[in-house]
Parts: sequence; C-alpha cells; structure tokens
Amino acid sequence: MKVKYFAWVRERIGISEEMVEPPAAVRTVDDLIGWLSQRGETYAYAFEKPKVIRAAIDHTHVKPDAMISGAREIAFFPPMTGG
Amino acid sequence: MTAAATIRIQQADFDIAQEIAALTKGRSDVGAVVTFSGICRGSENGEPIAALTLEHYPGMAEAEIKRHTDEAMSRWPLTGLTVVHRVGRITPGENIVLVLAASAHRQAAFQAAEFLMDYLKANAPFWKREESAKGTSWIEARGHDDDAAARWTKS
Repeated sequence: MKVKYFAWVRERIGISEEMVEPPAAVRTVDDLIGWLSQRGETYAYAFEKPKVIRAAIDHTHVKPDAMISGAREIAFFPPMTGG
Repeated sequence: MTAAATIRIQQADFDIAQEIAALTKGRSDVGAVVTFSGICRGSENGEPIAALTLEHYPGMAEAEIKRHTDEAMSRWPLTGLTVVHRVGRITPGENIVLVLAASAHRQAAFQAAEFLMDYLKANAPFWKREESAKGTSWIEARGHDDDAAARWTKS
C-alpha cells in the first residue's frame, strides 16, 4: 500500500510518500502507526504523539481503530488548519 | 435548474465579483448570494508574520469539499455553491479562501456558507505554515474550530 505524509509529519519523516508492506499482524491504523514508528528515529519523532496524528484511508478520514486491509492509500497528517 | 457546486483549489488569486456573476448570470431564481472570503492576517497570536504557505492533500481535499457541498445542497434549497481555496505562499492582505452560497432567500445562503466554512476549518485537509522573524512554523489547530464544525452535526 502507498503511505503519504503531510505537513510536519512529512517534514519529520523526510519523505512525502512511500510504498510499504506491513506484516499481517498490522491490522489497524493504530497498528500501522506503531509499526512505522519502529522504522527509525525520523518515524519515531513524527509519531511521538500518536493521539495528535490524523489518518485517512483512500481519501476518507478514519479513526485509529479503522482496519487497513484493502487500503490503496493511507495518509497521516496533523490536525487540519485550512480555511 | 439543477444546482451544481464549483470547487477549485488553486495557487492563483480569485476575483470575487466574477465568481458571484457566474452564480447569477442568466437566471432569475437567485435572490441571495452570501460571500465569505478569508484573508491572510499580518499577525498570528500577536506576532507579525511575513507570509503563510498552504499545503493540501490533492485528491482528498477536492473529495472532502465535494462531500460537504453535496451535504449543503441536500440540507438547504440552494441555487449554487462555490468554494475556492488557495494553496502555496500567501502574503498578508491576500485572499486565502472563498465560499459563495446562492439561494432564492437569504437564510439558506447564510447557513450554507457558515456550515461550509466551519467544515473547511476543521476537516478539509489543508495545513498552514507561517513565516516570521523567528523562522517558519506550522500553525496549530484550534479546538474552537472543531466545536464550530460539530454544531452542524445532526443529532
């Protein structure tokens, strides 16, 4: 699946998107945050406060307990500040 | 005539008069157009800023705005809706966002415009970064924007 990062999540990780293949045990958005956090210091820094992070699956806002199976694109970003 | 929403995300500025004309031209059923335009302030929390840079999530931003213009169309008797959101670097005094709501009568137009702005603030995937003498930093979300959006939730 493709993972995208925006705003300071993107800046902390250092890339805007990547393809990942998490193991089957990674079932929810929250699991994916935990798994990504193990990939290195930049990820751990980006996800240091997981409750602040918002997520979307295939362009729709989702909660941390949302299942990721079948997702084509998952995005992580801070609370929005548009308008 | 069927109402249709116009949604655009662009770097360029917009012309408010031209956007209003597009909602009213050639029709006689529009009695009210409510305009909200959001403008870049020259200070944030009392500190002067040089500019804002707006980032968005292409694809999702359009989809999320459309979901809410569709909802506005179903909740109020509107003849048209326009949402234009700028991205990129914007300096104080420049336009950031435009919401136009057109209807036969004012009440629907006022309510739809306010609904859309409250929603855009809290839920549309855009992020603002400010430039000031201290450097650049991401603007933090405000809790009262979430509260403003939540009051439109149907119970």
